[in-house]
Amino acid sequence: MNYPALLPALVLLPLLLAAVTALVPRGSRRTAGAAAASTTGALGIGVVALIGGGSWELALAGWEAPLGITLRADGTSTAFLALVAVVGTAVTVYAAAEPSLAGGPDFWPLWLVLWAGLNGVVVAGDLFTIYVMLELVTIAAVALVALGGRSAASPALRYLFVGVVGSLLFLLAVALVYAETGTLDLPQATAALEPGPVLTSILALTLLGMGTKMALFPLHAWLPVAHPAAPAAVSAVLSALVIKAGVIVLWRIWFGIADGTAAVQVLGVAAGIAGAVAVFWGGAMALRSSRLKPIVAYSTVAQVGYFAIVLSLADGSAAGWSGGVILVLAHGLAKAAMFLAAGTLAFAYGTDRLSRLHGAISHTPMTVAALAIAGISLAGLPPTFGFVAKWQLLVATIEQGEWWWIGVLLLGGLLTFGYTAAMVRATFNRPGDDEVPAPYPVPAILAVVPFILAIASVAFGVFSAGLVDLLAEDPTARGRP
Amino acid sequence: MTPEASVDYSIVPLLMLLTSLIPAGIIFCLREDQVRWRTTLNLAGALAKVGFVVALIPPVVAGDKLRASMPWVPGVDLVLVTDAFSLFFVALSAGLWLVTTIYAIGYLEGAPNRSRFFGFFSLCVTATTGIALAGNLITFLLFFEMLTLVTYPLVAHRGTKDALDGARTYLAYTLGGGVVLLAGVVWLTVLVGPVEFTAGGVEAVAELAADRPGVTTAIGALLLIGMSVKAAIVPLHGWLPVAMVAPAPVSALLHAVAVVKAGAFGIVRVVHDLFGLSVAGDLGLLPVLAAFAGFTIVYGSIRALAQDDLKKRLAYSTISQLSYVALGAALVAPLATAGALVHIVHQGMMKITLFFCAGLFAEVQGISKISQLTGVGRRMPLTAAAFTVGSLGMIGLPPLAGFVSKWPLALGGLDAGTAWVLPVLIVSTLLNAAYFLPVVYALWRPEPDEQATAASAGPPRRRLEAPAALLWPAVVTAAMVLFMGVAAGWTYSPWSLAEMIAEGSYR
Amino acid sequence: MTVVDLALIAGPAIVVIGLVGHLLVGDLLRRIVALNVASGGVMMVLLAIAARGEAPDPVPQALVLTGIVIMAAVTGVALALARRVDAVTDESEGR
Repeated sequence: MNYPALLPALVLLPLLLAAVTALVPRGSRRTAGAAAASTTGALGIGVVALIGGGSWELALAGWEAPLGITLRADGTSTAFLALVAVVGTAVTVYAAAEPSLAGGPDFWPLWLVLWAGLNGVVVAGDLFTIYVMLELVTIAAVALVALGGRSAASPALRYLFVGVVGSLLFLLAVALVYAETGTLDLPQATAALEPGPVLTSILALTLLGMGTKMALFPLHAWLPVAHPAAPAAVSAVLSALVIKAGVIVLWRIWFGIADGTAAVQVLGVAAGIAGAVAVFWGGAMALRSSRLKPIVAYSTVAQVGYFAIVLSLADGSAAGWSGGVILVLAHGLAKAAMFLAAGTLAFAYGTDRLSRLHGAISHTPMTVAALAIAGISLAGLPPTFGFVAKWQLLVATIEQGEWWWIGVLLLGGLLTFGYTAAMVRATFNRPGDDEVPAPYPVPAILAVVPFILAIASVAFGVFSAGLVDLLAEDPTARGRP
Repeated sequence: MTPEASVDYSIVPLLMLLTSLIPAGIIFCLREDQVRWRTTLNLAGALAKVGFVVALIPPVVAGDKLRASMPWVPGVDLVLVTDAFSLFFVALSAGLWLVTTIYAIGYLEGAPNRSRFFGFFSLCVTATTGIALAGNLITFLLFFEMLTLVTYPLVAHRGTKDALDGARTYLAYTLGGGVVLLAGVVWLTVLVGPVEFTAGGVEAVAELAADRPGVTTAIGALLLIGMSVKAAIVPLHGWLPVAMVAPAPVSALLHAVAVVKAGAFGIVRVVHDLFGLSVAGDLGLLPVLAAFAGFTIVYGSIRALAQDDLKKRLAYSTISQLSYVALGAALVAPLATAGALVHIVHQGMMKITLFFCAGLFAEVQGISKISQLTGVGRRMPLTAAAFTVGSLGMIGLPPLAGFVSKWPLALGGLDAGTAWVLPVLIVSTLLNAAYFLPVVYALWRPEPDEQATAASAGPPRRRLEAPAALLWPAVVTAAMVLFMGVAAGWTYSPWSLAEMIAEGSYR
Repeated sequence: MTVVDLALIAGPAIVVIGLVGHLLVGDLLRRIVALNVASGGVMMVLLAIAARGEAPDPVPQALVLTGIVIMAAVTGVALALARRVDAVTDESEGR
């Protein structure tokens, strides 16, 4: 099936719906917003189903590159689109069930704008459209964080600063690409770039810019502040999807133009080392935290480290590439499940302090199960999606002879499991405690949504064979020979 | 195991997993008070699994295998196979799951969070069945890790600080082991592709060992270390004594079939069905494994001597006894191999009897210390008798099951030219006697006067000394200990099957 | 040295000055201004690239226009948030 005309709809429809939703009176905005977001989700899933294993391309209004704007969707884009659609739909259902976990009626138009931006980053075929879409994502995400109440203003502002700095660095890289090649179209530009200091600068600026946006150590400090400050539904979107916008842009450019020169290799190794430190630092900080949402946020810092390590592993290794993409998908599903589950627990107990959650495993078993299963997938234990990703990456390390990453991958998994276990452990009922906190009754949907996401991260793991093949056939997979 | 043996593609291995997976899924959804549903599901699942095993034994002994597979990560399939060794282990886990389920239903009557308990209990058996049926390393790894995870809530079940700490220690050890195992599995898979367990060793692994002996040795060491954590081989045994905080049925299952056996089973699989004895021997893995196992046998027994807590003593005894399997697996002699294999079943049956009895003492009399056991035999004669049978079996007294595994092990040690095995076994037997006989003696000794008066002042004698659901499982397993020893010559006895499986490693 | 060369050197320098200033100053308003300075540097680079050839290249100029619009939007959001942050701080200090 080939309907590339649907590609602009992925961006324009949610934008249009956002405008409509913003005009609906506040009282009925939740209903309208939920309907609009569900439509967007259905569109995303429909497009993914239609693309299947193919690839679409559309020059907007018939203006071909380098002049016009081109939209593209290949296997990797499809995988990202699917993640956005699935997590987006889940978050929509969750947010519609309990307004206080979404930050009120203003959530809906902002969420639709964010969704449009995320779809846009994935299908944008030229660098400047990518920049614009990244800014759209940043502004919408910042506004969403600010919905977390008065105390969220400061983290939101910090988030905005970081996002803009990242974007400016990226824009500088875009300017360099245009100066060298005279085009902004990604495939044309990557084909035309010659090795040299300019290419290295482009990579360095992109790495810095996107590293800031995806909170790569040591540019991560904003994330553990901003993500927990947001309402639960927003935290889930930020960790599961918004971070990934930075990741996909970095990967697209890196694997498009990185060559084997020494300077680029140094950059790759530096990114890898930063990633390795992130894995341990994030894991250790998560272990030290005593509240659910900061634990999950630090967990994201750690997982972002893996995305940087993929720069070294996926270069010329199909296993590394498919492992990296699956890691993004697995992390998206599991982290969304985790943040939503944490939100449900915080809603039920009025706090997300670990010390106040005992008894939760009996009162809200499904939510605790979601937390645990999501953690298992993040830690990469079989048969989860996370394991499939880790397996592929481990295979890539050995194939490439870069065995030193094995320790990071394996120990990082143990750390992940450590803080997951700490969260689950806190929910056990302690006999002898007179005062077991009585949870506020939770709407069933708040427990069901994270649980379904968690189960999905196991089910996708068990039945991942087809997906891995699809990604391995992707042209981007080979990187540069 | 005959040349004309057939491999049939079949859904049966998957169904065997589902007999416990489906009940687990439903039980999680049940309300606390739906006792009848839960009991029915549990017993139906356990009986179905036993039914499958009984139906499969004759064809598998004739050499037919059933195989189910599906593609998973690139180049690697998930494979379930019913070969003789896997069926051997499934039979043990299915049978003991049935009796332990009955015991657990009685043990936890009226306790909170039973749906959670029985749900994870069934998952635990699912994982064990998966480990048994796993046809290749990665499938094995999948269920090995799953076992780690689903046992955690069981160990932590009571939620006390001790329970949570014990569970955490357990998790830290076993997950660490899992990581080491994973490293070995990935390495091997990248080098030789996915390999299926084959009696006598896999050819591709043998070729790799010839080409790159250093790498192969390292892979073998990773795999064996990973397994050794669960098999509680010193110095990786630290989790086992602290995991004793679990409820008695869990301890029984952990020590007899689930966790420790999975480790021992894995060691045998790796040595015999992956590397093959001769390759593993050439690489120098076997003497090291044998040395660690031999040390563990003696060390566990010595530590057991010093414990006053009955369950702790049994835990150290498990550490010691489990290494008989590892030791036998590391000796190149058919008798030793068969001894190791049969000890998987025999130790399971004996140890579960002992744990059932320990649970009975604790539940009925409130006794957990050995020093308090004096005279209990008068009040609980059947339990004490079952405990005695289990203890004597552990010591290795003929005609009990323990003898049927220790004797071939000793002879096999001599066959293999490793004479040091003999003194190790003798010392261990003496130590076994030294820590089990005092318990037995205390049980049957007339009780001191003041306790006699206390007992006579108690409620009138019941018809049974303990709740039937707790008592009969212990009596039945004790009877099996006797039966397996006496009937060792029967075609389908564990010993005969073990001999048959062992033959496969020497062809 | 032509004007274009000068702009190509000065642009990145302004970006660096803006970013360093953004990181070093504490006052929120100053940080927002510093960010705008940095963005001005980036625009300068783009304009210099547009002016390199004989005829001015319209593409980078279009990018600059879009960039300015985006930066204006960002500044607006930032100012709104900064006001709210100040309000929260005043409130907590007032108590």
